[in-house]
Parts: sequence; C-alpha cells; structure tokens
Amino acid sequence: MAFLNERMETLSRAELKKVQLERLQKEIKRTYDNVECFRNRMDEKGLKPEDIKSLEDLQKVPFSYKKDLRDYYPFGLFAQPLKNVLRFHASSGTTGKRIVVGYTKNDLETWAECAARMLSAIGVTDEDIIHVAYGYGLFTGGFGIHGAAEKIGAAVIPISSGNTKLQIQTMIDFGATVLCCTPSYAMHLGEEVNRMGVKDQLKLKCGVFGAEPWTESMREEIEKSLGIKAYDIYGLTEVIGPGVACECEEKAGMHIWEDHFLAEIIDPDTGEVLPEGSTGELVFTSLTKEAFPVIRYRTRDICRLEYEPCKCGRTHLRMCKPQGRSDDMLIIRGVNVFPSQIEEVLLKTSGGDLTPNYQIVVDRKNNTDTFDVNVEMSEELFADEVRSIEDIEKRITAELRSTLGIGAKVHLVNPKSIERSEGKAKRVIDKRNLH
Amino acid sequence: MITKQLSVFVENKKGRLSAILNLLAENDVDLSALSLADTTEFGVLRLIVNKPELAKKILNESGVIVKITDVLAVVLDDAPGGAAKIIDTLYKNDVSIEYMYAFDTKLTGKAIMVAKTENVKAVNDLLIQNGFEDPSAEDIFKF
Ligand SMILES: [Zn+2]
Repeated sequence: MAFLNERMETLSRAELKKVQLERLQKEIKRTYDNVECFRNRMDEKGLKPEDIKSLEDLQKVPFSYKKDLRDYYPFGLFAQPLKNVLRFHASSGTTGKRIVVGYTKNDLETWAECAARMLSAIGVTDEDIIHVAYGYGLFTGGFGIHGAAEKIGAAVIPISSGNTKLQIQTMIDFGATVLCCTPSYAMHLGEEVNRMGVKDQLKLKCGVFGAEPWTESMREEIEKSLGIKAYDIYGLTEVIGPGVACECEEKAGMHIWEDHFLAEIIDPDTGEVLPEGSTGELVFTSLTKEAFPVIRYRTRDICRLEYEPCKCGRTHLRMCKPQGRSDDMLIIRGVNVFPSQIEEVLLKTSGGDLTPNYQIVVDRKNNTDTFDVNVEMSEELFADEVRSIEDIEKRITAELRSTLGIGAKVHLVNPKSIERSEGKAKRVIDKRNLH
Repeated sequence: MITKQLSVFVENKKGRLSAILNLLAENDVDLSALSLADTTEFGVLRLIVNKPELAKKILNESGVIVKITDVLAVVLDDAPGGAAKIIDTLYKNDVSIEYMYAFDTKLTGKAIMVAKTENVKAVNDLLIQNGFEDPSAEDIFKF
C-alpha cells in the first residue's frame, strides 16, 4: 500500500493534534486580519485570535455558512489580494446566486496533494492512465482530479463530461486504467458499455467517484458493470474541492486529511460539538488555505467520524458516507430519517436497476407521528399474483424497519401518480405543524 | 386451450376500476371474463379480452401497469359438480392451481373455467387426455 506523504499520513494522533493547533492558530490569525466578516463576528463575541490556545478553544469561534458566500459575492471573503490568486472555481447552486472561491499557488498545491494522497492510497501510480470525465471548468471536479493525477505523474485524458460513446471509445483506444466521474455517470457508462458489449476491451481497474451522494448498492452496480473497484471521494468547493476526504483500499470510510482540514461534528440545531462517535453535522476549518480560508464552515452534511486507526496504516480519521443533508433530515418518532436511506432500501428490494419513484408522507395523529411511504408500481415489481405483490410490500416494510429502526406503512401506488414539480418527484410531504 | 389473460395493477382508490373498464370499452375491447383479486391496499384485475395486445397498449399509454399471462381455458358442465371434476383431476395429478374463475359462454349448458397453474401447456394436454373439452376461440370470444 503506497503513501504519497507517508510521514504526514501516519503521524501519531498526538503529533497530528500538535500540527493542527499550530496551523489553526495561524489560519485564524490570517483570516481575522484579512476577512472583515470573520473579524466582525469574532469581535462581537469578544474573541481575539490569541484566545485560541487549544484545539478545544475552536468551539468558541463563530460558524460560517454557505449564505456568507452569497452575501459577500464575489471576493468579500478572500484573505489574499487578487494578485496572489491563480485560479477561481465557482458553483451555481440550485437556489439562484452563485458562489466563487479562489486559490493561491500554495492552495493549488495543497489541493493536488490531498487528492493525490487518495490516488496513491487506492494503488494508482505513474503507470496509470486516468480518464477524467468530470466536467472541466468552474466546477472543481475536472481540475481537482487533474491536478492530483499530474502530481503522481499519471497520464491524464482530460475528456471532461458528455458524449458517452466517444468516452467509451476513448477509454478503449487509450487504454484508460482509472475512471473519474460522478457515480450516476459511472452507472450510465456501465450500462452503455454492456449494451455495446465492449466490457472486455476496457482496461479499467478502479474508479474515483464523487460530487454527488451515492449508495452502497450503486457501488456494487458500478463495480459489477464496469469490472472495477469503485472508491468514494468527498469535497466541497467552499472547502477546497474533491479530495478533502477520500477512501483508501479498505473502503471503510473516507480519510479526512487532518493536517489540512479540521473536522467537527455538531448538533445542527444547537451548534454544540457532539462527543466522538456521534452522528451530526460536519463542520470544517481549513488549516493551511491562503486565498479562501474557511473557519467552522457548516457543510449541512450529516455524518459520523471514525477515530479508530485504519487497517491501511493511516492515522487520519475517517468520515462515514454522509447520510443526507441536515436540511433534508426528518425526525419521525424521535428517529432521524433521511430520504437517501429509503432510496437505498428501495433499490435493494425492487430487484431492478432503477430506484422506484417514492414519496414519504409524515403526519401527526393523536400525538404520534404517522409515517407512510408510497412507492410507484412498475412493470418490474408487478406480478400476476396478489401474493407476490404482498411479498414485495412486506420485504420493503421489513427492510425499512431494520434500516431506520422505526416502522413505516408501505403503499404501492400507480405509476406516475406521485406529484412532480419541474420533472422532479416531490420526495417528502410533512403535514405536521411543528413550527 | 391456452389463452392470453391481462393482469392489471389497480390501486385501491375510488374510480380506478371503472376508469380502466371505460377506457377498454371506448376502444372497442370486448371483455369475455373479469375477475378481481384484491387486498385493502391494491387489486389485481384479470381480464380475458378479444384484443389483448391492443388492450395492453391502450392501458400502458394511460399509465396503467399490465402484464399478459398465459392461462388455461377449459369447458366445464354448467351443472353441480362441473368444476369439482376438473379440480379433482388436477389434484390427482399433483397440479396446484394458483387461481381460477369461471364464466358463461354461448355454448348451452356449458361454462368456461380459467385457471393459472405452473406449466400451462402440460396441464392443458393432461386435461385433454382426461377427456375434457377444449374450447375454441369462438367459444371464448365474441367477434
Ligand atoms: Zn485507510
């Protein structure tokens, strides 16, 4: 198992914390001196950078939010003059105003190193040919992996996204060994490859997939259809881009590169830091970023951190796959429920390749939450016998109970009967009047 | 004989069943037989019609899920014990019936029974060997 930066990746926890504190103090000072928004928030709390004497002191520091990037668009949160900025990346966001971030030379180097640590960790070397089908442009996907591939000296096919047939032909002709793209596009490529009957002409051995949530069932599907090992990568444009956290060959959670990013898990409602091992909202503080430092940035991703040493030898903690966004989370009878969990169950129990359309309906009757899941019937699920349909209903119900820990009523409904807005099915209807 | 049956998924909501039947009537699809198996949540409507492929297409287009299944059709005496005779024969030959229903025909004193079993082809041969009358398409469908 290869390390890109063995010393840093295997530092003892104690040494790692020392590095973190040193860097944190500098990062807070830099941000305080150069970013007005952060300085004002610190001042409001009567905090000075010098008050941060331990890692625990970070808990006193104010949070930052996605909204800040919109409010201070374009450069209000930059901590360096534009003269020192080498590149911008931006994301459109689904709700109007876009956000922009900047990178200095060192930031680009940090980013390339973080993502390159992953490539090394999954056995990619300078012998490999990396097919990058993430979009190149303002989106961080394409350039992020590109930088990492160059860092380890692999050959890059910067094909960007689109034109599936050309993508497949290029992979065959150039002998691509590593595929990087979004997991949903990997699923699509897998289907096409099998439809065209060219799977045995591919030399792919593994793939790096991220930029959108995906499930273990999707991983199995991708691995089977393309005959590769599929690994997860995590990153937010605001934090740096893909590479903040990545899986190693163990596939046992994504290592967060803690010498560059400090992670906390908080209660999304109260903002309190939760004890080790808790599930809550992931919060990041950059430790070495120059142009666009983030301090206690609320990701809205709900996940859990694993502090146990990894079998691969790396000491950096691992984040579990985000279960969902804190905005999407439903609390039903006191239990956290994410639409993504329901999706996973449906994909597993439906026997098809596609997740059936579904809708969650939550209501409150006699002071108890009711929890109904409507699932659209499909040709694949339908059988001539009542008994086998009832079996499907029972299987979904049982699987939901074991996954979520609470019972749901499952109803099979007519296809296309779940209301859609702008082509997307409305996933959650919460009729409770809790606010 | 072996005939084609439409199996239709019916959500248990007011008006679903009549909407399906009206749609078929509007398109001149003639029903010979109808049976509904239902639970509190949903039903499976089984139909023997004169134009199964057309019916499936029409229903699919309106978002209804339909499967075409091969079932067994056999003539029975429209008299006490008529159905029992067939069931008895199947039982003695270890054939289990998944479901069955019967309907009237133009043949006087006779009815037609529809049954779903495993391997309908073999069961059909078995019934003919045992002297049961094989209906013709004319007996089942009105043209
Ligand atoms: Zn590891």
